[in-house]
Amino acid sequence: MPYQLLRFAFASKHPEPRMFRTPERLKNAYDAVIIGAGGHGLASAYYLARDHGMTNVAVLERGYIGGGNTGRNTTIIRSNYLTPEGVAFYDQSVRLWQDLAQDFDLNLFYATRGHFTLAHTDSAVRTMRWRAEVNKHFGVDSELVGPDEVRKAAPQIDITCGGHAPILGALYHAPGAIARHDAVAWGYGRGADQRGVEIHQQTEVLGINVEGGKVTGVRTTKGDIATPRVLSAVAGFTPRVTDMVGLRTPIYIHPLQAMVTEPMKPWLDPILVSGSLHVYVSQSARGELVMGASLDPYELHATRSTLDFVEGLAAHMLDMFPFLSNARVNRQWAGMADMTPDFAPIMGTTPVEGFYLDAGWGTWGFKATPVCGKTMSWTVANGRDHELIKGFNLSRFERYELTGEKGAASVGH
Amino acid sequence: MKILTCPVNGPRPVSEFAYGGEVRPMPDGATCTDREWADYVFNRSGVPGIKIEWWYHIASGTWFYAERDTVADRVIRTWLPA
Repeated sequence: MPYQLLRFAFASKHPEPRMFRTPERLKNAYDAVIIGAGGHGLASAYYLARDHGMTNVAVLERGYIGGGNTGRNTTIIRSNYLTPEGVAFYDQSVRLWQDLAQDFDLNLFYATRGHFTLAHTDSAVRTMRWRAEVNKHFGVDSELVGPDEVRKAAPQIDITCGGHAPILGALYHAPGAIARHDAVAWGYGRGADQRGVEIHQQTEVLGINVEGGKVTGVRTTKGDIATPRVLSAVAGFTPRVTDMVGLRTPIYIHPLQAMVTEPMKPWLDPILVSGSLHVYVSQSARGELVMGASLDPYELHATRSTLDFVEGLAAHMLDMFPFLSNARVNRQWAGMADMTPDFAPIMGTTPVEGFYLDAGWGTWGFKATPVCGKTMSWTVANGRDHELIKGFNLSRFERYELTGEKGAASVGH
Repeated sequence: MKILTCPVNGPRPVSEFAYGGEVRPMPDGATCTDREWADYVFNRSGVPGIKIEWWYHIASGTWFYAERDTVADRVIRTWLPA
């Protein structure tokens, strides 16, 4: 037994290495306040401190770190989008993902699995071909493949999907990956914390002070703060925060549900998505099948689960993989998705000076975590929109310049 | 299964209905500014609360109003447009 371990065992104190400090109280003033300690908020804090030298920053979180949609998504990372803005942006994110674990010195369980978007109709095949060509044009590894390649990658699949939705082809995106979502928030949080950023959990924002069109401070359950810059990265809580500064947005909230099966031995390597069957599925490092479907059909500000969802998703899973009829569902949960009319985010500056939005991340936010942190920190530090997010500004709606990313949402919602 | 009460057909499972969004007044397209029209087309009241919404009973083709708490997902009342 190593001497150090022996000494540790006999010591009276056992200092537990913590990922983050817990600051005792809020300071009176910060250079910037970030609302929301999820992946996006913490990534923004991390890059603000690392790349822009801003360390007098507070991240405020009403719950706990990564407890919102960061910990509720199905962890799929890809960049095979449809619009030039989308492809360029998500491709940058995938590149950042690939060396994030080294950056953090933390195992993110990042696994490149390959991503198939299945097409069951002629029109879906046409859209896949379109997406593949847009992707190739921007140097993203993406191609149209036939049913044989799908069968080869997932031999257990019923290629006719119960006879009523035969797979005609698929968009294959080799860099498609999954990662451990909690670790992403922890990695960014620890990195920001080590550089002097304060993370205040269980600190709810009650209001934002705006004077003469400029942000001047934030009111919280733990006291008031003066600050010239506020970044909102709160996913399903966005409308409540934009209401505090009197900003109207197109964002509406629908729940998105997901579920996992009991763990089983590894059999599914790729990530499979079917728009027609409303299914996306991958097998986690633990062996669980992580599955999701489309949005709940009406507005709701709650994370309740429904039996309809499990029944519907399980039925579609069985169309694809009949042998799963004995598999048991272990857990289900929901997150509140902040949806936009064009299925693209709303990012950057707003008509309120000093108030920045990282919102409208609906059902597609996890994969964008690193690039959101990069671009939003640049935007907050420089007071203007980063080049990559100019197409995502809130003002696009007023000009009717929507991004049109709907065709690339992984499931037809 | 959640039950919604159609003003014509009585209590029915929610899967028989389609959600039509919050009831919002439409500005006069001939007189309003472009900004007001864009606000009407895109912007929504995304905050939670008790809202009056359009709902549609698919089987019978009935559009009606429902007053609903969007946090508790509780329907307070439903009625036909006058």
